[in-house]
Amino acid sequence: MRAALFITCFNDTLFPRTGQAVVEVLERLGCEVVFPEEQTCCGQMHANSGYQLEAVPLVRRFVEVFAEEPLIVTPSSSCAAMVHDQYPRLAELAGDEGLATAVREISPRVHEFSQLLLGPLGVEDVGAHYPHRVAYHPACHSLRSLRLGEGPLRLLRAVEGLELCEIEEADSCCGFGGTFAVKNPDTSIAMLNDKLAAIRGSGAEVVCAADNSCLLQIGGGLSRGRLGVGTVHLAEVLASTGSGPR
Amino acid sequence: VSFEQTPFPAAAAGALADHQLRANLRRATRTIRDRRAEAVGEMPDWEELRSAGERIKRTAIRHLDRHLEELERSIERAGGTVHWASSGEQAIEVVAAVARSHGTDEVIKVKSLATDEIGLNEGLARRGIGAIETDLAELIVQLAGDLPSHILVPAIHRNRAEIRDILSAGLGVEGLGDRPAELAEAARRHLRSKFLSVPVGVSGANFAVAETGTICVVESEGNGRMCTTLPRALVTVVGIEKVLPRFRDLEVMLQLLPRSSTGERMNPYTSLWTGVTPGDGPEELHVVLLDAGRTDVLADPIGRDALHCIRCSACLNVCPVYERVGGHAYRSVYPGPIGAILTPQLERMEEGRTLPWASSLCGACYEVCPVKIDIPSLLVHLRGRVVREREGSARVDPERMAMRALARTFSSRRRYEAAQRAGRIAQWPFVRGEKIERLPGPLAAWTEGRDMRPLPPRTFRNWWRSR
Repeated sequence: MRAALFITCFNDTLFPRTGQAVVEVLERLGCEVVFPEEQTCCGQMHANSGYQLEAVPLVRRFVEVFAEEPLIVTPSSSCAAMVHDQYPRLAELAGDEGLATAVREISPRVHEFSQLLLGPLGVEDVGAHYPHRVAYHPACHSLRSLRLGEGPLRLLRAVEGLELCEIEEADSCCGFGGTFAVKNPDTSIAMLNDKLAAIRGSGAEVVCAADNSCLLQIGGGLSRGRLGVGTVHLAEVLASTGSGPR
Repeated sequence: VSFEQTPFPAAAAGALADHQLRANLRRATRTIRDRRAEAVGEMPDWEELRSAGERIKRTAIRHLDRHLEELERSIERAGGTVHWASSGEQAIEVVAAVARSHGTDEVIKVKSLATDEIGLNEGLARRGIGAIETDLAELIVQLAGDLPSHILVPAIHRNRAEIRDILSAGLGVEGLGDRPAELAEAARRHLRSKFLSVPVGVSGANFAVAETGTICVVESEGNGRMCTTLPRALVTVVGIEKVLPRFRDLEVMLQLLPRSSTGERMNPYTSLWTGVTPGDGPEELHVVLLDAGRTDVLADPIGRDALHCIRCSACLNVCPVYERVGGHAYRSVYPGPIGAILTPQLERMEEGRTLPWASSLCGACYEVCPVKIDIPSLLVHLRGRVVREREGSARVDPERMAMRALARTFSSRRRYEAAQRAGRIAQWPFVRGEKIERLPGPLAAWTEGRDMRPLPPRTFRNWWRSR
């Protein structure tokens, strides 16, 4: 099976190891991974900040870059949700029938990483070994937009040596919210601090999510508070076959 | 009701510093949230009900002109009088005129958001007429000279001890305890005499049925039933978006509303009245159909979905932002996620322009909305309206410049990769070991309470090319 990696600008620039982990896991499972190098950003930040018109050329770029790819995979639930939820509206806003059609065609081919594993690839146990206490944080877009539900937890439960810890009120937002984090810093940090307290209460050594944007926020708070808890993307847990955290 | 206009981030910062408020809100929102989840969880057809609710409101709003004219005909046929008020002031004038014609300088009120929105109590006070709130929480807010902070529970920001002090001072009751039964008893004694003597009642409406002219108010305390049955005259102020086409639409709405709102299967009191009936209830019924900015909201084909709201407040109770900052930070009668999309539109985008950003877009509000208003999408849409309106001004806007520059960067692979390289160079003065503890400019807001992760030496694409 051939899978085109939609890395997202955020992961490309800030979390390269997540992309490497996706490639490792998929190749281990026998996939052929390709990386269209013309890809840049899906436009989520512009669209969510009120710059919808500026996001339209990025929508166009995305559908062109990935036009020929039968299967597109991304380690970001919010960028996957951007394609599914916002692209149709942006195409409509642009009044571009051709773009609307292209978006309709490409959207079902875009899979968040855990969706690809559990759906088209049909695997739950990817042969990972990760002997740590891990808490799973369901990112808002994983939970309410993509509706991943128990999916990522099923993958984590199949990991050898991994002990799952529960975060109280796990489904409440960590306070990231893109530009919300800097436009409303006090509220964002108040939300984060409650999340950090719940993480401490879980007894986890690392917090795991299917979206690094939450992990930038949570990791930033854990680091500032010197709480001794790490963050790791789901793909990196699943890629791990050795012992220590990656 | 009047709120000073402060941008949301600043107002929120003030509220966040109040630890008593944080504790009160946390406790109260969790209680209502859990109760709602239970009441909704026992309904096997909840999703179908939500879809039915959405369809009813969508139809009602799409053909609002026809339904409103039908409502007027139905009410007048049943012996009521209809007044059209394009502004809050016009609505206040109608209430004042009815009070004057009954020779009273007092009216009793059922809890009503529409009347809070237009500042009815203050408007009547300016005309020498006192408005007495009869809902317990509204009474507390009124006695404390406070502002409501929640759609359903306007005194949610107060705890029991604070409420005891307010009632004790406001009603002149000495030695009052803080048990709910004692607090309610003190209010009841005060209100009974008013119910029996004041000749004019004022209410809002949860629903107004075009087909029959029936007005519906749901409530918990029975004060509403008193206000709508005991006085000689009743004035009902109805926002024009409250119209339902058919009587049978109530079947859906009266299931959706109490479960979403108080987490009850059914609210204790549902009052329905149609015109006047000789010898039974008020002899005079006035219905004020209030616009106050709603027609402007209708003009926005996406934003108009905010008019579907049935004021259940479920979105406030699940909102992580509301739970932290409370209602006052929104500077409006309509706080929380629904307020963030309704207030700026009702104010013709002249006030509340920071409200569409008062959300992390987590989507919890959309999930609980009984009429499926896609609040996150509306927030994003309104952000776009604010940004585009700001473009009209000649002022230099650093955010717009940065966003334009980024869009240009992302439009070419070469520029994007150059920016990645430049970022790695530009960050070096700020990196301390494995982290960045202070960033300059607008990003300083990030490092207020969080460390930043430095850009690693190699991007993913560098790694890809080198493998």
